[in-house]
Amino acid sequence: MRYLPHNDADRQAMLSAIGARSIDELFQVIPEAVRLKDLLDLPLHKSELEVDRIFRDYARQNIPAAEHAFFVGCGAYRHHIPATVDYIIQRGEFLTAYTPYQPEIAQGTLQYLFEFQTQAANLLGCDVANASMYDGSTACGEAILMARRITRGRNKAIVSGGLHAHYRAVSKTMMKYSDKDLVCFDPSPDDPEGDLARLLDAIDDATSCVVIQTPDMFGHLHDLRPIAEAVHAKGALLVAVVTEIVSLGAVMSPGEMGADIVVAEGQGLGNGLNFGGPYLGLFGTRQKYVRQMPGRLAGETTDADGKRGFVLTLSTREQHIRREKATSNICTNSGLCALAFTVHMTLLGEAGLRKLATLNHKRAVTLKNALETLPGVEVLNSRFFNEISVRLNQPAAPLLEKLAQRKILAGVPASRLYPDDADMKNILILAATETVHDQDIDKLISALSEEL
Amino acid sequence: MVMNRQGRPTSVETVPTDQRPDTTSGHRGLVHEEALIFEIGDNAHTGVDLEDIGTFETSLGGLERKEPINLPGLSEPQTVRHYTRLSQKNYGIDSGFFPLGSCTMKHNPRLNEKVARLPGLADIHPLQPESTVQGALQLMEDLAHWLMTLTGMPAVSLSPKAGAHGELCGIMAIRAALEARGDARKVILVPDSAHGTNPATAAFCGYAVKSIPATKAGHVNVAAVKAALGPDVAGIMLTNPNTCGLFERDIIEIADAVHEAGGLFYCDGANFNAIVGRVLPGDLGIDAMHLNLHKTFSTPHGGGGPGSGPVVFSEALAPYAPLPYVVRTKDGLHLREHPEKDDASFGRLVAFHGQMGMYVRALAYMLSHGSDGLRQVADDAVLNANYILSELKDFMTPAFEGRCMHEALFDDRFLKGTGVTTLDFAKAMIDEGFHPMTMYFPLVVQGAMLIEPTETESKATLDQFIASMRALAAAAKDGDTHRFLGAPFYAPWKRLDETKAARQPVLKWSPPAAQEAAE
Repeated sequence: MRYLPHNDADRQAMLSAIGARSIDELFQVIPEAVRLKDLLDLPLHKSELEVDRIFRDYARQNIPAAEHAFFVGCGAYRHHIPATVDYIIQRGEFLTAYTPYQPEIAQGTLQYLFEFQTQAANLLGCDVANASMYDGSTACGEAILMARRITRGRNKAIVSGGLHAHYRAVSKTMMKYSDKDLVCFDPSPDDPEGDLARLLDAIDDATSCVVIQTPDMFGHLHDLRPIAEAVHAKGALLVAVVTEIVSLGAVMSPGEMGADIVVAEGQGLGNGLNFGGPYLGLFGTRQKYVRQMPGRLAGETTDADGKRGFVLTLSTREQHIRREKATSNICTNSGLCALAFTVHMTLLGEAGLRKLATLNHKRAVTLKNALETLPGVEVLNSRFFNEISVRLNQPAAPLLEKLAQRKILAGVPASRLYPDDADMKNILILAATETVHDQDIDKLISALSEEL
Repeated sequence: MVMNRQGRPTSVETVPTDQRPDTTSGHRGLVHEEALIFEIGDNAHTGVDLEDIGTFETSLGGLERKEPINLPGLSEPQTVRHYTRLSQKNYGIDSGFFPLGSCTMKHNPRLNEKVARLPGLADIHPLQPESTVQGALQLMEDLAHWLMTLTGMPAVSLSPKAGAHGELCGIMAIRAALEARGDARKVILVPDSAHGTNPATAAFCGYAVKSIPATKAGHVNVAAVKAALGPDVAGIMLTNPNTCGLFERDIIEIADAVHEAGGLFYCDGANFNAIVGRVLPGDLGIDAMHLNLHKTFSTPHGGGGPGSGPVVFSEALAPYAPLPYVVRTKDGLHLREHPEKDDASFGRLVAFHGQMGMYVRALAYMLSHGSDGLRQVADDAVLNANYILSELKDFMTPAFEGRCMHEALFDDRFLKGTGVTTLDFAKAMIDEGFHPMTMYFPLVVQGAMLIEPTETESKATLDQFIASMRALAAAAKDGDTHRFLGAPFYAPWKRLDETKAARQPVLKWSPPAAQEAAE
């Protein structure tokens, strides 16, 4: 077996040193009745060539985004990733390192995490950001729990209808066995302003936080400033959610608009679609709440010679010290995804990010203008970044299947996320990133004009 | 071209080694100082070329971002150099021996990286029509089959994103199952030796945690478990092999007792590497167990994630597993993403379908090894740990008598009176070129040193490690404290001040002017 260095002579020499007759003897501690005698009923080992072939077969049965006109977004976005990013994250010193428990030989990881935290905080408009979470959805759940810790005694979280359906479901799961209430508003893709007005009316003395996504699941951008003001007036916190991180190159950050905790899905920078994971949760907040923040943190310090260096810090919040009193049960971050993000962000810089974001917005504007020329299509957005929703004159899901046959992946039918909501049946959510060509839009429009 | 070597000295003059000049650049040959990107880049530079945009009518509705964001950019060559230099300040498995106990730092095969990047597996969207991702769903189903067969368990949920997330998944399923039978139990039993995430997880699910002491031999105290069981106990969270590197031989008796008392049995599968192919958790009475794909199944640790922690379930818990999961229909494979009528699932744990990128790598690892290779993995992992234990037991102090499973645990009795602590010893190991073992864990052992070699280390590496450890132990006993207290001497940094970092946390770079103003 190519990954195992010992041959039988090595094993024999080691057994002699140990004073054991056989390897079986080392497993005698397992009760005889359950100790396996035979190999399990699975295939035997395979060569690298054979395994490579098997995975090419799996891959062949999928249709990669690059081979289609591709408008699928809704929480995961296809952006061009510079080749440098993948080269860097495959360097063994990054790829095969672990959590930097020994900082003297882990400054590479610690320095990029410190740089990542700074980029994330600046992008989200927050004082501080942590070293990342599993993904945007779990970060959202953690934000709600954190708000509850800060606003002691207040147990209710109010969730806007525009929050991604999966984020809402994950948050519900995370609150399931606590004494926290989650009040979720129904999605109202046609009336984003009304959704928020109803939500503000619902805030009461028991409300710990209000959760709003922008751009929301249907692509609507929200001005959080009046909301933050109203939420703060009632003594509650505003949790803002961003699922398309590139939007923050064009749109005012939630922190600037007054959000107290900002969480985001960072996949859009540096990380591929990967069928949903691994992704990258970003988490930022105000300086005064830092000790209530979940997740790992890298902090600056000096070594014994006075030289600047970095360490994991404030670990008294974490479970290896605090055990059942920890702020969260989270143990890992998304280290390598954070590296991919930070390398991509460094390549872009502010100038590049702003340009990339503008390009995305331009594509979406082009798409919207083109869709508006079609009969049977009603565009629902007036204020958006790179994603819009349309109401069709027929159910979206079957239409998508037809378009897929024509090499167009035209978006996400809202019914996939809300299958029981009849109002969602005809709604299609389309994203247009910089990877979408003008020809792709032409192709979509001509196919739609034939199918509708 | 022929090099003209005339006049170039070819012999080496002996130079006194203690006369090392300072350098103007601050670099030391191959060891480069590297500033932060915020100190070398600026907001105007970029390392990407994007098409020109021109003017168009925007629809941002007055929410344009106007203030500077402060994100420095670097050109591509500068970027490559920055991160290459940072990488050279890191220790990985590729660099050397990494016996970090409980973390299973085994070799990460590059084939896995290669296949995970096939566009048909990497460039697919989680919400594409199912008809366009049948291969991905098939891969998930095949991975599930391997995991269920290797554990002898009838169900698996792939979604959890890490080991601790798997624990959450398992304990939520336990609570859902108990509530479904109208049983509002309040307590989870957790041994003293458990990973810190175990009690944190139980508390997260609304349970009170009751600690179970370890015996003098390093096992869970069965009598204490039995005494603690009762109508209020929802279950137990047990690691097997445990964090002392020992197999809990009374596990079946414990499982029976827990079940008799109406509770359920969660097993922390962090140490599955020691027993894969040797025993089936399904034969041990376990109801739920997470598997760290980044430990046993070699997906890269990546400097602290991403991980992946699928959970296998017993028949009793399978109905409560989270969404989504793959089902086979007459039209092919289908992803069940929403609860259907009478669905008992406790809900959704993550957006989308879990860590596909990790599934690909783990399955490539499994297919490469096969059932024969995976059994050999456990065999060699246990052999290596016992070899280290037997070669060091006369020089250091094993925490417990007898043989171990996949990791060898020592305490700090051999350092008593030397003035050297476990931490000092670990830092001296860095100078020897090794990544230190896990220190001060498990908590049940004084000054613990937990050494997990894994199966991918050669005998030559182990022998070199053993020689270093023996020499260090001897040096400590001989009173050579200098080599410990000042260590590491040969790392690019001396010991870092963690107290200072925590007292006045600096978690973000600020421009010098802002830094001065703050002081």
